Amino acid sequence: MGISRREFLKIAGASAIVGLGGISAIEILHPGQFEASQVSRGPKALVGKRWAMVIDMKKLDKQTMQKCIDACHRIHNVPDIEKPKEEIKWIWKETFEHAFPGQEHEYMGEDIKHLPLLVLCNQCDNPACVRVCPTKATYKREDGIVMMDMHRCIGCRFCMAACPFGARSFNWRDPRPFIKEENKEYPTRMKGVVEKCTFCYERLAVGLQPACVEESKGAIIFGDLEDPDSEVSKILHSKYTIRRKSELGTRPSVYYIV
Amino acid sequence: MLETALKGSRTYWSWVIFLLAVIGVGFISYIYQFRVGLGITGMSRDVSWGLYIGQFTFLVGVAASAVTIVLPYYLHNYKKYGRIAVLGEFVAVASVTMCMLFIFVDLGQPLRVLNVLLHPTPRSVMFFDMVVLSGYLLLNILCGWYVLGAERKGVPPAAWIKPFIILAICWAPSIHIVTAFLYQGLPGRHYWLTAIMAAKFLSSAFAAGPSLLIVISLILRRFTRFDPGWEAIQTMAKTSLYFLIVTLAFYGFELFTAFYSNIPGHMHSFKYLFTGIHGYTKLVPVMWICTALAAVALPILIIPQARRNETALGFAAVATFLCLWLEKGISLVVGGFIPNPFERVFEYWPTIPETLITLGVWGIGFFILTILYKVAVSVKEEAIFDKYGERQVRV
Ligand code: SF4
Ligand code: SF4
Repeated sequence: MGISRREFLKIAGASAIVGLGGISAIEILHPGQFEASQVSRGPKALVGKRWAMVIDMKKLDKQTMQKCIDACHRIHNVPDIEKPKEEIKWIWKETFEHAFPGQEHEYMGEDIKHLPLLVLCNQCDNPACVRVCPTKATYKREDGIVMMDMHRCIGCRFCMAACPFGARSFNWRDPRPFIKEENKEYPTRMKGVVEKCTFCYERLAVGLQPACVEESKGAIIFGDLEDPDSEVSKILHSKYTIRRKSELGTRPSVYYIV
Repeated sequence: MLETALKGSRTYWSWVIFLLAVIGVGFISYIYQFRVGLGITGMSRDVSWGLYIGQFTFLVGVAASAVTIVLPYYLHNYKKYGRIAVLGEFVAVASVTMCMLFIFVDLGQPLRVLNVLLHPTPRSVMFFDMVVLSGYLLLNILCGWYVLGAERKGVPPAAWIKPFIILAICWAPSIHIVTAFLYQGLPGRHYWLTAIMAAKFLSSAFAAGPSLLIVISLILRRFTRFDPGWEAIQTMAKTSLYFLIVTLAFYGFELFTAFYSNIPGHMHSFKYLFTGIHGYTKLVPVMWICTALAAVALPILIIPQARRNETALGFAAVATFLCLWLEKGISLVVGGFIPNPFERVFEYWPTIPETLITLGVWGIGFFILTILYKVAVSVKEEAIFDKYGERQVRV
């Protein structure tokens, strides 16, 4: 034979190690302490089949919006990074023309165009981000919440490219120094992973409504779409609501009354 | 055979040391990135992939393009490629290695890369990409190394290798198609959401790959005694030409669809790339240089007299390669992210450490290529005649 088998195996072996990243062993030997999703449900837990939200912009003023944002970011240890390039946000204000691109027109008054809306992850029923994740680090729960497993995410950012709503943020560096007041009840993240709103799954588990809903003074309504008697179902049935980019088929679970 | 890589001229060693230095600088920069995070790059919340993923995408194409040599040789018995088939396979080996490294340096949590295998997720295109790339790497190492070994012994390769060669030929397009699927299946990124993406990926790869091999062959002719063969070089030039034309046509189709349909979302990225939007113009020079390079390369490759001139051909090959590199290695990825889902513009430009890491990975690729080529050339210089009894070593 023209090639010694040993020589071939040497090269093949070396390239396989380069290819698969031999050092990953470290991560296997020291797996994360706990999976972010494994918050056990309390006796009072809210249970639903498909959680959804209706945001009634008519009832939301700027101050209330800011309160919703602050509450969310505070309890979830979302770092406050000034640099727009590295910004991390779970829920934030965006003007109508940018939140609903294509819906605006040139005759629309400036006040409507620039009307601030609250935007967050839509917890899509058919989430593109989940479809593309190579490790199932982002996945859809039974109750429709699109979750993140911070200990599994490899930081490839495929999900960020896939999400048509710009809902996801990446930890471009260690976020901990940017957390003003750490909430010990909720895990902080490390550099190199993706994060986003998770519909306060940890609050639902103990029977609480999501934090932004609580702060919104009734402007954000949260509930189960599969339950015809829930308030969200009733509103969706009777009022005109819109969703962001519904034509893309991701089936967002966040509805707006504008 | 590997020992032949340890004996070389002064030029050879200077080149190797230069590459090692580039790799070293890249490695140090990577350590910095590893400690601080990907924040040291130009990427952002809005342009979340940049130079690294661009290089990955481009190099998958270069790897796949080995098929433009291997297929005519093994399936159509095109004898002129007999001498260089292994060169194509070794380019594939170096390119796939670089691809994997580019994915690796792009990860936020690189130590967790094995999660892709621990939690296999077939619905993710990224998972498939990993699988097909690893397979392709092994196939090319096997075929290239084995056939070269046979040549060294002066015996024809055994029959069992043939199925692997055929498999590698079929496998090659798959790696690039799957890479295109990474992009073209994403909702809401209009620049990528086009069925012609995979076809354009293949065509631009089959133009860029041969042009690289032309440059390499011209260098080998000059610096070693091994002659890849003038006719082989000319055939590669034609391959490169036809696929360059096809690629430009495909790009034209995209422009037509976007601008004749006049759908704003479809036009945005093109406008950003070629004219800039809202005064943001960072990529405009890139696109026009790219266009100019194509305009220079095309006539040289088309006009036979120019194509047969060694200097002109070398120039055209470099221009083609650079043009397609700018298109796929930079503008394709970045352009797809601009404007962002809110139709706002946040621009991207690579930082210095990011560029050094990128150069470092290229350095590793060229290092592998150099070693493999040194072995190949030594074997060929010793064999003197190619398989068909023609002299492959110049006197
Ligand atoms: S909004 Fe984006 S991140 Fe949230 S579920 Fe939908 S696709 Fe995923
Ligand atoms: S960045 Fe993390 S969550 Fe997103 S696709 Fe990659 S592994 Fe999955």
